[in-house]
Amino acid sequence: MTRDIALGQFIPGKGIIHRMDARVKILLLITYIVLIFCAFNFVSLGIVTASVIAIILISDIPVKMYLKSLKVIIVIILITSILNIFYGSGDPLVQFGIFKITLEGIYRAIFVTVRIICLIFISSCLTFTTSPTDLTDAIERLMKPLKIFHIKVHEIAMMMTIALRFVPTLLEETDKIMSAQKARGADMESGGMIKKIKAMTPVLIPLFVSAFRRAYELAVAMECRCYQGGDGRTRMKVLKINKLDVACILVTVLFLVGVILCNIFFAAKI
Amino acid sequence: MSIIEVKDLSFTYGINTPFEKKAVDDVNVCFNEGEVIGLIGHTGSGKSTFVQMLNGLIKPTSGQVLLEGKDIWEKPKEIRKIRFKVGMVFQYPEYQLFDETVYKDISFGPRNKGLNENEIDLTVRKAAKFVGLSDKLLNKSPFDLSGGEKRRAAIAGVIAMDPDVLVLDEPTAGLDPKGREVLLAQIMGYHKERKNTIFFVSHSMEDISRIADRVMVMNKGRLEMFDTPKNIFAQVEKIESMGLRVPQITKIITMLRERGYDLTDGVLTVEQAFSEVVNLLKREGVI
Repeated sequence: MTRDIALGQFIPGKGIIHRMDARVKILLLITYIVLIFCAFNFVSLGIVTASVIAIILISDIPVKMYLKSLKVIIVIILITSILNIFYGSGDPLVQFGIFKITLEGIYRAIFVTVRIICLIFISSCLTFTTSPTDLTDAIERLMKPLKIFHIKVHEIAMMMTIALRFVPTLLEETDKIMSAQKARGADMESGGMIKKIKAMTPVLIPLFVSAFRRAYELAVAMECRCYQGGDGRTRMKVLKINKLDVACILVTVLFLVGVILCNIFFAAKI
Repeated sequence: MSIIEVKDLSFTYGINTPFEKKAVDDVNVCFNEGEVIGLIGHTGSGKSTFVQMLNGLIKPTSGQVLLEGKDIWEKPKEIRKIRFKVGMVFQYPEYQLFDETVYKDISFGPRNKGLNENEIDLTVRKAAKFVGLSDKLLNKSPFDLSGGEKRRAAIAGVIAMDPDVLVLDEPTAGLDPKGREVLLAQIMGYHKERKNTIFFVSHSMEDISRIADRVMVMNKGRLEMFDTPKNIFAQVEKIESMGLRVPQITKIITMLRERGYDLTDGVLTVEQAFSEVVNLLKREGVI
């Protein structure tokens, strides 16, 4: 069952986005997030959505994987959009007691839904196309200026690398322990909330025990290889910005300008 | 009478993703009641997936598993009942121990089965005896036991459910030579008394040749061979082409035969080889 989680999984490939510099990808992702929330009318929202779809299509990742990543948060999308329908002010179209639906509410719901979906797609695109090591390398480089404030950038990045590295391992382990307890007749599917939580103890205890054991073993292994933090450490793969990255930055800036212009020339809907 | 019948069984991991992989490919096989079946295969040959389909932990993509003539997935809601009939001991089972005491941990299975306290006490003590855990150990925390004791406690947890078929996935992996011997002897002792069907997955050809009545050889998800250990290990080349090996002693005898020594084929254990060689020497008048 844990195999079905598509969110945050790296899929090797050779597409344009795979070849981009991870630092540029992160910065462009942030730009896109700003873009998505800067779109105040249908024209600019349309531009953003179209560009997100374009990115998905050129990313060399099956569209199915993107749809799968939505599965996890579909409930959140539904709840926020339904809440937003009732949230708008203005003349009600329909009214039940204290609840009223307004045109603004419907607009809000559409915007929120499209925004969340775009957000998930674009951030999935980053994790699908970037290996966890590249990702943390890039984060470490981007956070380097924070060293002036005595923030341990390298240590934070190393912790992130390790955490990301062990997500699949722990998922696999959870799967294995669950199978082992199911083989002993553990019933994890039926019963109410409390019964289900209680049924998880035989899984959680061995999982914690093994997580601590792994942490200890990893620490020993790192020590054996004389790891002592970031100072003086060199990299095998040095991140480099090339023509492709520059081109992608230019295209994104174009979109940004486009969305800002649309916001100026067309009336805001929310 | 065949206790388990496997028909056209296939399983594919990650269907419709870039990670799609056929783990078990169209396996057809029958097992008799009371048999000890050995299962060998290279890493990634589909052994683990195959055995997990026997007790419904993995639902086959296609094909059927018949337990005593009935499809185990006939009523998906009652799949738990199958798990009490086909007990499964995973690789490194000591990592699944969780309860406060060894006794409570072993009783997890019987309790899920719905036995009453008296029956639970009886089965737990019986299972502990089979694997040689003393009463003193039963009241200890499972995390205070030694590696070998943990392994035996975990196996007792499955034996306590009194399954008709017991699947053991590499039960001796990671144990020291003496620990392996003892555990094998205990499993065989249990089999002799309970007379149930045992499934034994192992990388140790020596262990397999010693205890198995019949051996399944899997390669790339397919069932390549299913025969007695003697017939299987006589085909040295075929076995080695699948990344496996025959017991060392069998290989030595085969090589001696190739050099013209008059020894019988299909020697599987050191004891057999010893008497074969002694007989040959006597025949030749050396001793």
